[in-house]
Amino acid sequence: MSNQNKGKKGDVLLEMRDIVIDGFSDDKWHPIIKGADLVLRRGEVMGIIGESGAGKSTLGLASMGFARPGCEIHGGTINFDGIDLIAATESERRQLRGSRIAYVAQSAAASFNPAHRLIDQTIEACLSHGISSEEEARSDAKQLFADLQLPQPNTIGDRYPHQVSGGQLQRVMTAMAMSSRPDLIIFDEPTTALDVTTQVEVLASMRLIVEKYNTAAIYITHDLAVVAQMADVIKVLRYGETVENADTRSMLSNPKKEYTKSLWSVRSIEKEEAISKDIVLKVDRVDAAYSGGIKVLDNISIDIPRGQTIAIVGESGSGKSTTARVMTGLLPPLKGAVLFNGKPLPPMLKDRSVEQLKKIQMIYQSADTAMNPRHTVRDVIGRPLEFYLGLKGKALDDRLVELLNLIELDESFIDRLPAEMSGGQKQRVCIARALAAEPEVIICDEVTSALDQIVQKGILSLLLRLQKELGITYIFITHDIATVKAISDQIVVMFQGKVVEQGMKSEILSPPFLDYTNLLLSSVPEMDPDWLTGLLEQREKAERLS
Amino acid sequence: MHPVTKTILQRLGLGFATLLVVSMIIFSSIEFLPGDFGEAILGQAALPETVAAFRAELGLDLPLHERYLDWLGGIMTGDMGNSFSGRGASTGGDRSRAVVELIGPRIENTLFLASMAAIIAVPLALFLGVTTALYRNSIYDRMVNGITLTTISFPEFFVAYILILIFSSFFKVFPSLANISQDATFLEQAYLSALPAITLTLVIVAHMMRMTRAAIINLMASPYIEMAELKGISKSQIIIKHALPNAWAPIVNVIAFNLAYLVVGVVVVEVVFVYPGVGQLMVDAVTSRDVPVVQGCAIIFAATYILLNLLADIISIATNPRLLHPR
Repeated sequence: MSNQNKGKKGDVLLEMRDIVIDGFSDDKWHPIIKGADLVLRRGEVMGIIGESGAGKSTLGLASMGFARPGCEIHGGTINFDGIDLIAATESERRQLRGSRIAYVAQSAAASFNPAHRLIDQTIEACLSHGISSEEEARSDAKQLFADLQLPQPNTIGDRYPHQVSGGQLQRVMTAMAMSSRPDLIIFDEPTTALDVTTQVEVLASMRLIVEKYNTAAIYITHDLAVVAQMADVIKVLRYGETVENADTRSMLSNPKKEYTKSLWSVRSIEKEEAISKDIVLKVDRVDAAYSGGIKVLDNISIDIPRGQTIAIVGESGSGKSTTARVMTGLLPPLKGAVLFNGKPLPPMLKDRSVEQLKKIQMIYQSADTAMNPRHTVRDVIGRPLEFYLGLKGKALDDRLVELLNLIELDESFIDRLPAEMSGGQKQRVCIARALAAEPEVIICDEVTSALDQIVQKGILSLLLRLQKELGITYIFITHDIATVKAISDQIVVMFQGKVVEQGMKSEILSPPFLDYTNLLLSSVPEMDPDWLTGLLEQREKAERLS
Repeated sequence: MHPVTKTILQRLGLGFATLLVVSMIIFSSIEFLPGDFGEAILGQAALPETVAAFRAELGLDLPLHERYLDWLGGIMTGDMGNSFSGRGASTGGDRSRAVVELIGPRIENTLFLASMAAIIAVPLALFLGVTTALYRNSIYDRMVNGITLTTISFPEFFVAYILILIFSSFFKVFPSLANISQDATFLEQAYLSALPAITLTLVIVAHMMRMTRAAIINLMASPYIEMAELKGISKSQIIIKHALPNAWAPIVNVIAFNLAYLVVGVVVVEVVFVYPGVGQLMVDAVTSRDVPVVQGCAIIFAATYILLNLLADIISIATNPRLLHPR
């Protein structure tokens, strides 16, 4: 493998000073990074945290001397192990990328080329940089797959990206980054797209391999609890500037700056649970499958009480979203029925009346794809007002403004396009679109999982306030236990198409736990830096006992 | 059965069904054309009885569906009927030739010219598409785009005459007439058809090249391209190894469209170079109301279109790893 003279642990590996990076849009340069510094030593893992738009990824990529299209590094110095990356030519920088500095991207599914086998992509950098022969690289990749606890490490590389799961892909990408034994790896939100149960495994294997090969790493995330497990030191970034730098333990126990403290206290929403016996929507012994495939839902029964929030939790593939599709009529069930206010709803969407459609609305995970990019806010919210309520002219405009006020946006948003709003604002507009129909039930499918924590908090409080004012029932589909704690009254736990547990929040979230619920709950990262180590030891012990 | 095999068989079936529908449309629409072959041959002054007798001789008095089934059955066995011309009542005797015999050599010539143009144009278009994507917005990119756009914007006959002017008049490199005969050797044929082939290349290269460029550039914003850049892969390798394999579907469709054009749409070029292809034959047959030949040409053109598009579909399916390697 790479035989360059590795320095001692503790030597400075990367030093970035006064970095200024600007992005070009609307015919102007906008600052993204405003004079940030970063010093990383060999064998050290630095966590960079901040909200979206703070410049985390931009700073991370700059450490490879790379700026995304439309961005440019306009100032500062980047010194990587004695090489000035700013002064270096593009081909010199290219020589470093994939050999001495490697990158692990957020969305493994999008970052693997769909046309090539995993192993060919894993060893590509090694071959193109001439680090090792093809044979060596292949056997080493298999070793790395094994180190990362991938199933069938000898053959998994022969598969194509779409043939393995998201968690496995993320680990293959770590192997790809590791293949050249780089001095530095940039992890850019590598677990954000994964379920908690998968996340634990991926985090553990990443930490293991970084320690094993004594690699320095920059770990970018907006999840504090995750960074606490991974990093030796933490840098808090906001608006392209460093807010605070400290080692992990002191940062967690004693954050100095106001902003850092506010990040730490985000998860403070807590909902008093309420009991209601009035059932608005009932899923009655439903089986469902996608065209000709295997059964995705197996005898599902869920009672949804009026004016309450019921959270459906489970890992991906457990049937959460399919349940929502059955409720909305997008997927007619094979067996069973959905009852609304005691009366069965037609199984097919096209057979439902406008009145029935209007009562159940949906909000989606990705506000970006759920809105037509060429429709203004007026079109997006106005459409259900016209379609369901027949509003026109002034009445329509008045209602639009009312709805905007309800979601805490002012009238100036009315003519904006989705591209002119932030992620949180877009999700608010989607909420207003659902509200416009004056529904009784809103199905929220992972509505906060694409947002960072401060924005999440805003959306969740908004949803709670709306429920209090309008008495709406929420069905909250999520894999995020913190969200569940914050917003739900009742919880349904799903696993492999079955309901494993259903009950009040207080019952489900307190012992004794069912096995699966326990696995789910214990996988949620905590702010304690020893949490992951403790959890892995505990699980190992439990395994040895059984 | 592998899902790809299944899909391909389905497509083949669909293509066949389409061809059947097209054959009905061809047959019936020619039926509705004004005028009548009998009258056209015998002249306005012919007695109604003579015309009727002539029609009976050609089988034109039978009901439409019977004639259609008869014709279709013939095609299935490689018999497209006999040409109407040569059956002039004036001579009395039947000197008509089989349609297949008429079309056969012509289609060979057409396919020869089309392949020659395709062999030059397709690799050239792909090369230009990849390199303009690689050096996007450079002077090279703009020049290639400008030149190919210019050649596609001129009418074909204009390009043809300019080429004749340059390569036959000023520099006597190629002959201006491409009247190839059956007994010419391959090289002679290639030499004689050089100018028409170059003309066709200039006409079709822009379309394919621009689609290649656009398809690649469209993919260059994908996260996996950024990943390849961050692995230190060179720009040209990124385009060839990472972008192109995912760009085949749109490119192949445009190539198929242009290849079909090479077979069915080149009559103007044939006329300019006096090239004995199918296009000219069909135009002549339309003028003389030689219905069996028109129908024969039309069905061959339709089959070419359907076959090439089918091929493009199959290639798009076969280059999609999600379909080729199911979970």
